[in-house]
Amino acid sequence: MKRDDNKQGENLIRQRQKGRAIVMAVLLGAFVLLVFAITIVKIKAGIAAR
Amino acid sequence: MSTASPLLPPAHWRDFLALTKPRVMTLVVFTGLCGMLAAPGHINPVLGFTAILCIALGAGAAGALNQWYEADIDAVMRRTAERPLPAGRMERQAALHFGVGLAAFSVILMGLALNLAAAAILAISILFYVLVYTVWLKPRTPQNIVIGGAAGAFPPLIGWAAATGQVALLPLLLFMLVFLWTPPHFWALALFVKTDYANAGIPMLPVVAGERTTRHQIGLYTIPMAAAAVLPWPLGLTGTIYGVVSLVTTAWFALLALRVATRTSQPDDAMKPEKALFKYSILYLFVVFGALVIDRWVA
Repeated sequence: MKRDDNKQGENLIRQRQKGRAIVMAVLLGAFVLLVFAITIVKIKAGIAAR
Repeated sequence: MSTASPLLPPAHWRDFLALTKPRVMTLVVFTGLCGMLAAPGHINPVLGFTAILCIALGAGAAGALNQWYEADIDAVMRRTAERPLPAGRMERQAALHFGVGLAAFSVILMGLALNLAAAAILAISILFYVLVYTVWLKPRTPQNIVIGGAAGAFPPLIGWAAATGQVALLPLLLFMLVFLWTPPHFWALALFVKTDYANAGIPMLPVVAGERTTRHQIGLYTIPMAAAAVLPWPLGLTGTIYGVVSLVTTAWFALLALRVATRTSQPDDAMKPEKALFKYSILYLFVVFGALVIDRWVA
């Protein structure tokens, strides 16, 4: 009984960790794209201002 | 102090999202977006998106830090007892780290991608909400909503500053509109959840000064709020679309506020006029700010 509880608890922890890791990966990917887009915009604005 | 057990599993990502108060964020993002779109000139869509993202993240950070600080109070209020911290689904420290990290990230990104003026106003708004409103005023004075309302009034200013790099009269009037709208909006809510606030020991106006005073104050604050809403039109800062929409919607707001201000609740009162004012006040802000953008783009 206790072993089952432990296993369930461990599964829950793994599930949560996996969910958070996926969300974090998506957010980091989106951030990289955003920084890339901002950089392009700033470079273009700099060229236009010359 | 801690509301969570040390053996808690890692919090679900949805609980981190809930910490940011997404429903409150909607109005903040909308007013910030309208402030940005109503500003003169053109902002690159990527930078505009980044500015709105920063406003949203800043508001989320303020919400998370508010929930971190008020976890004990939230636990005794029915409306807030199911939030991640009082419900024991998250470690308190995780909420603190999340809030501080998000606040720093939003301000730094705003400063690097947009400009220092917008970043500074964003930082001030977060600090104001957390330190002045949540920590200082809310537990101490029934005027908490009045001064604390300034925190929610910053987004149109931030949006405008993000687009132009400076502040002008129109965004200041928009700031005043949201600032003066906050007391009638929150006191209408406080009237029908008075018991919750009393149980939590929060000195909201209906708890401290009674219903009569609160109703009078709702009526009184509606007058300068109406002036701030309509004033951009006669001052020539907006066109006819905004003028007509703000006149009509503000008149309806004033009627609902008058109904609340002049009535007395009965035992087992369903508080329908107060609920109607609270709901309409949210719609009102959406419509007025929406009209501002339409007016600007049509002009």
